[in-house]
Amino acid sequence: MTDKPKVAFYWCASCGGCEEAVVDLAEELLGVAAAVDIVFWPVALDFKRADVEAMEDGEILATFVNGAIRTTEQEEMVHLLRKKSKVLVAFGACAQLGGIPGLANLWDREAIFERAYLTSPTTENPAGTVPLTDYAANGHRIQLPGFYDTVMSLDQVTQVDYAVPGCAPTPNLIAAAVGALLSGDLPPLGTVLAPDVALCSECDRRDTKPEDLHITAFKRPHEIIADDETCLLAQGLLCLGPATRAGCGAQCIGANMPCTGCFGPTSRVHDQGAKAASAIASLVGADDPAEIERILDGIPDPIGTFYRYGLPHSLMVRRRQDTVETTA
Amino acid sequence: MSGPSLNGDTRIGVYVCHCGTNIAGPIDVEAVTEYAAGLPGVVVARAYKYMCSDPGQELITHDILEEGLDRVVVASCSPSLHEETFRRAVAKGGVNPYLFQMVNIREHGSWVHDDVEMATAKAKDLVRAGVARVRFHRPLEPRRVPVDGSAMVVGGGIAGIHAALTLANAGKHVYLVEREPTIGGHMAQFDKTFPTLDCAACILTPKMTQVRNHPNITLWTMAEVVEVDGFVGAYRVKVRHEPRFIIEDACVGCLECIDVCVFRNGKTPDEFNLGLSKRKPIYIPFPQAVPQVVVIDPEACIEFRAGCRKKTCVEVCADRNAIDFQQVATFDEVEVGTIVLATGFKTFDAGRIPYYGYGRYDNVYTALEVERLVNAAGPTTGEVVLRDGRTPQSVGIIHCVGSRDENTNTHCSRVCCMYSLKLAHLMKEKTGAEVYNFYIDMRTPGKGMEEFYNRVGSEGVHFIRGKVGDVYPEAGDTGRLVLQAEDTLLGRIRKIPVDMVVLATGIEPQSDAEDVRRLFNITCSAGGFFMERHPKLAPVSTFTDGVFLAGTCQGPRDIPDTVAQAGAAAAEALALIDAGSILLEPNTAFVSAEDCSGCKTCIGMCPYQAIAHIDGKAVINEVLCKGCGTCVAACPSGAIHQNLFDDDEIFEEILGVLIHA
Amino acid sequence: MPETTTDTSSNGFEPRIVAFFCNWCTYLAADLAGTSRMKYAPNARVIRVMCSGRVDPQFVLEALANGADGVLIGGCHPGDCHYQEGNYKALRRFKLLQRMVADLGVEEERLRLEWISAAEADRVRVVMDEMTDQLRRLGPFRHEEAVMAIAAQQPQEVPV
Repeated sequence: MTDKPKVAFYWCASCGGCEEAVVDLAEELLGVAAAVDIVFWPVALDFKRADVEAMEDGEILATFVNGAIRTTEQEEMVHLLRKKSKVLVAFGACAQLGGIPGLANLWDREAIFERAYLTSPTTENPAGTVPLTDYAANGHRIQLPGFYDTVMSLDQVTQVDYAVPGCAPTPNLIAAAVGALLSGDLPPLGTVLAPDVALCSECDRRDTKPEDLHITAFKRPHEIIADDETCLLAQGLLCLGPATRAGCGAQCIGANMPCTGCFGPTSRVHDQGAKAASAIASLVGADDPAEIERILDGIPDPIGTFYRYGLPHSLMVRRRQDTVETTA
Repeated sequence: MSGPSLNGDTRIGVYVCHCGTNIAGPIDVEAVTEYAAGLPGVVVARAYKYMCSDPGQELITHDILEEGLDRVVVASCSPSLHEETFRRAVAKGGVNPYLFQMVNIREHGSWVHDDVEMATAKAKDLVRAGVARVRFHRPLEPRRVPVDGSAMVVGGGIAGIHAALTLANAGKHVYLVEREPTIGGHMAQFDKTFPTLDCAACILTPKMTQVRNHPNITLWTMAEVVEVDGFVGAYRVKVRHEPRFIIEDACVGCLECIDVCVFRNGKTPDEFNLGLSKRKPIYIPFPQAVPQVVVIDPEACIEFRAGCRKKTCVEVCADRNAIDFQQVATFDEVEVGTIVLATGFKTFDAGRIPYYGYGRYDNVYTALEVERLVNAAGPTTGEVVLRDGRTPQSVGIIHCVGSRDENTNTHCSRVCCMYSLKLAHLMKEKTGAEVYNFYIDMRTPGKGMEEFYNRVGSEGVHFIRGKVGDVYPEAGDTGRLVLQAEDTLLGRIRKIPVDMVVLATGIEPQSDAEDVRRLFNITCSAGGFFMERHPKLAPVSTFTDGVFLAGTCQGPRDIPDTVAQAGAAAAEALALIDAGSILLEPNTAFVSAEDCSGCKTCIGMCPYQAIAHIDGKAVINEVLCKGCGTCVAACPSGAIHQNLFDDDEIFEEILGVLIHA
Repeated sequence: MPETTTDTSSNGFEPRIVAFFCNWCTYLAADLAGTSRMKYAPNARVIRVMCSGRVDPQFVLEALANGADGVLIGGCHPGDCHYQEGNYKALRRFKLLQRMVADLGVEEERLRLEWISAAEADRVRVVMDEMTDQLRRLGPFRHEEAVMAIAAQQPQEVPV
């Protein structure tokens, strides 16, 4: 083994996009690979859990965990990696905030299993088989990780030192984070490694946003052909840029799609969804209750809109479990 | 934004007020104090009988010096009462007065809860929240804004007249705005005034003339305030002038035009005489009207309908050229430092109580109509003649019409008993009629009032304690009306036939009091009268700084009280103007520039245009900001802060009321 | 686990309400209820803000997340806002927040927006009593417990 700093990557409940993001470093990846020893990276390298267990505590300089925590195995692994790492980084929106998988907190295990394995239109499961943690067949016992009712962000199960936001994190942020780690020039613990200002600050369309915007109808991206130079909110598209941390270079808006909030809120905000909703509702162009309701009907799924990436990390965490309906 | 000393080294003093037994009754003050002593950051916790007293305040000052306190919490009454008091005490000890938090355990605690355990638990929660919050307070300086040297008085009745004259005599410029063609208000319509029986016109009209001639008063009649902008010290008021169709400066008040009007006789009910006489399309409201300028009623004048061929009024006016049929509404905009509202009252509409027969029986009158009837300048030149031409032999006066009645108004109108006595006296004097007063209670407080009651009683006026339940024509076509009431002193039903019924109608808020209230951003009390800042300690102030109340717009009162109150309102306005500037609560919002993304969400939130977008950042103009905090709640990235109500402070307060620290 | 002062040991559940009252109307109405010695349920803790427009939906969720069983917002009547239109901003935010918390399984009765003018002391009494009563019947919100349970959550049982 070399004495290069050791780095690990791990994935929990995630789509794999964050892994892609690492690869998206392109040539820079080679530089990183040269500077560090990647000691654990299930998606790319054949190290096993036992290899990690064999390491000294704190032996790994930094572990980047992407994905939310939704199974027992994920929780065990992050506890293990925490112990073995000097620095634990929540990498991407799922690890940082719960991410898209976190929207599962509108249901619970029972409802999800029912839907996924029994009632969805594309399911054919006459035997009604659902996942089990322990199964005996042909004289062997198979054990699978347990599935939690509630998805958690990484910092809800263990202490997290830094977060790299995004779905997925953008290469510039990843490079900067790795650079900071290797140089040892680290910001205070708990810092989100992206600018602590909202996205409008780096949006080309900011100047086209009117100062007295009143939204009388919310549009969804498929409903209009948006002008590609004008502020999307001004066109009625629910762009969360004003409520979302900058750092991505407004890429979605560059593709004429509204920001959906994957970089999470700024550090001054306690609850991403509530704050974004406060700002957006304030812009509703009506004072009459019925008219306000009519305009708000244009936001058919407010939780999926304002907490798309952050329900587990929000103040409410989840839908109250006793109100989850299980029969589809 | 964090407070300056959050690292466990805050030294907070907590003071819990007994307020005699006001708080200490339903709340276990000692338990609250003991509890406060154990809260983090608290180094002193004391209970005291009256925190607002000098020794109470000195406790704070003393502890700041002796114990090195850097934050103070007082749990006592509402901050609207004593926040300033305690801030001063804190400042006296050398600590910035805004490093102080007031906790309301009286109005929101001991006075509204009976259960000692629950009320005490609530007080502890509130104290805990105050302690949690005050740690985040930052030192602040109050804002000082200059006060414009002129004032506006709205309403030209006796209250407005007196307020305007007081201000003008003190050398301040006053805009007096009255919507009628003349000032004088209701008082001008009265005959005599109780209890002295001096003639209302005799004492009022000299003051009206003074207004007209005063160099410091700009008098605008037929004018209404339509817009109020700005804030204390610098109100911008827009006034609409209705067309009078007379050029005020050109009219000399000769009244010749009225004589020569093509209408030989008036056909329009005369407003001033409450319809008891008719007036012409061109008229003067009453002989002593101020200004002494005629007015043309476009509804009545044929020039406005068909066109008048003769235009005799124009002819007689000749080269004075005071008549201008082309006049349209005009507007003026003025800046004033302070405003006195003296918009008066309206009398209760007697038709709302059908069984009293007003509007149905000719000989049922309202008291105000009778004022005109007995007045020498009135429609009958002071002779009391009924609508059927007779002189009444008997008169019944019904008290409390539209007052003290759950179906109409629950309040006592305060003046009706006294003016009923006055009218009883005048009727008796003028006609020798038998006069019956039907009353619920006789209310005659005040100087000379009870004496007047005794006098009227000794003059042979009858008093029947009972509420009239019905008024109906006497059988046999006598033209008399029977008043039926239970005499609660005799315990039997009385049916008294009278020639004339007088309804002592009560005082109600003006029908547009709601609109006026909104215009000036003040509040109404339950009955619809304008609400004073404090019923005892700030009776002429409102919750809007620089707007004061005078007269019956604030509640029913008689002329002496109205004048006294108008003087008080003028004095408050003067104090403000003479101070030259006023200190405002520093609860303004500000943008943390480095945190602002320039998203502009806040800009449209501000009703005062205090937020501008400059070089990609929002910037709040502290002078224009009034501190509502709407932009703070709207800011999607938490880049706007509000002094005294910052996110940190409120979040701490929320946690404070909920969770044991 | 944080201890609370109002969760008394009495048999009946006593809801905890956090109330945000605007300085000019509802807070004054509550003061007036005090000077008028009206009696009402002691369950609400009033936090004074200058305007209902200052109430950030975050405040509401912060309260619910930290032990409140209900949140009451009190402002000036429409058209009467001391700051012209802050209450309309409050109304818009409240309407959206209502939809959001409904999707999170929060009962409608737990959030209430009331326009109460400075003169309407009795309305304060009625609303306080009514809301307390409704929440008593509804039972505790128990958000903290739910969150504690999440941290200690167990995977599914193994079927026999």
